[in-house]
Amino acid sequence: MTLYFTKDHEWVSVDGTSGTVGITDYAQGQLGDVVFVEVPAAGTTVTKGTAAAVVESVKAASDVYSPVSGAVTGANAALEAEPALVNTDPEGRGWFFTLTLSAPDELDGLMDEAAYKTFVASL
Amino acid sequence: MTDQLLSLDALHRRRGARMVSFAGYAMPIQYADGIIAEHQWTRTHAGLFDVSHMGQLTLPLAADAALERLLPGEITGLAEGALRYSLLLNDNGGILDDLMVTRRADDLYLVVNGATKVADLAHLRAAGLAPVYRDDLALLALQGPAAVTALDGLVPGVAALRFMRAGGFDWDGVALWVSRSGYTGEDGFEVSLPAAAAEAFAEALLAQSEVRPVGLGARDSLRLEAGLPLYGHDLTPDTTPVEAGLSFAISKRRKTEGGFPGAALILAQLAEGASRRRVGLAIDGRQPVREGAAVIVDDEVAGLVTSGGFGPALGSPIAMAYVPAAAAADGTRLQVEVRGRRLDATVVPMPFFPKSYVREGAKP
Repeated sequence: MTLYFTKDHEWVSVDGTSGTVGITDYAQGQLGDVVFVEVPAAGTTVTKGTAAAVVESVKAASDVYSPVSGAVTGANAALEAEPALVNTDPEGRGWFFTLTLSAPDELDGLMDEAAYKTFVASL
Repeated sequence: MTDQLLSLDALHRRRGARMVSFAGYAMPIQYADGIIAEHQWTRTHAGLFDVSHMGQLTLPLAADAALERLLPGEITGLAEGALRYSLLLNDNGGILDDLMVTRRADDLYLVVNGATKVADLAHLRAAGLAPVYRDDLALLALQGPAAVTALDGLVPGVAALRFMRAGGFDWDGVALWVSRSGYTGEDGFEVSLPAAAAEAFAEALLAQSEVRPVGLGARDSLRLEAGLPLYGHDLTPDTTPVEAGLSFAISKRRKTEGGFPGAALILAQLAEGASRRRVGLAIDGRQPVREGAAVIVDDEVAGLVTSGGFGPALGSPIAMAYVPAAAAADGTRLQVEVRGRRLDATVVPMPFFPKSYVREGAKP
């Protein structure tokens, strides 16, 4: 299981060609209280860098970009009843969706945890 | 353009505010607690809001009749110490701004929106009035059920004010103008004071355990739950007072006499009803709808959401929208389109959340 990060503050945890996607603690802090999450349905094809989910805070709706391309295999049903999981546990129980990576070499362009921490510190 | 700094800028930053650009000012959108916690704190305790971006103006008392020609409210007959909510109108009856007018012993005191204050000043001057822009003053709002005890502890006597009444008070040698009014639906006060004294006064309020700072984000969610329209969103130069559901702002005498911009059109709408109206929408499910979303009636686009979000005290999404008169009755089922999907919604009475004003005649 390897963790990768984007400059748009999404993470993807990868095991072989299976990935789990969410947003980072920094991202949830910027968004504020999350009140609704729209996740892609299983079977949907998502493309790296394009909108795959929507997270709604009290004040605004924000797109969540998929860190990698692939086919969605499932979504986090717990977010429907408890969207605040994105605030309280963004990199754990607040995950958004799982997918099968269609182009694993896309991971080469993402940051590891140390690089992402350095990136956030520079903001 | 560089944002102007509020006189409480250092206080906001010290208290962990996230600052955003709004109406030309760097303003606190939220503090560390976050919007939902700040919203709920205001509904249960007392929230302190810095609204110094709003325009505070004065006019000579003798300008009352001239001011009346620009808006549909009774100003010449307004009692000393009384506030009137009114609307600056264009010749088509469209709303240029909403504002509060207070008659004081020596002048008329106006509070207008921050984003429109420059245009309002020009509008008043073009009408031959000579407003004085008091940018030497700060404006703080203390809102919530604990506001009265928190403020009366510092400024004895304010508890005797009733909703939409105001008076002059003294705090530690600082002259305060205190109104029992606000923009949250809660009981509370708005305090105008010299900008140089604002930080010390705000800190004295925040030193009380029931008072916490609250940002613009919760100010917006609180006013939305209270059914209060936001200028530039729910009210524009293309909406009239009748369409906006603000007919109460047309004073009785003005309804018979007219004599305000767009009077013929507005009085006809009052008599016959407007073809569209601002309504409250309760959205099924949990997904918020936002400003700009289309309202669908009988499978056709029939209106527009002008404000929308999540009501923290209600725990559900709510919105304000303009819909055709035929779809404006409470209980009407319609739909709102969000990102290509249609969400079911119901027209409901506003306020969404009951108001807690302390009106004239209430026990002390």
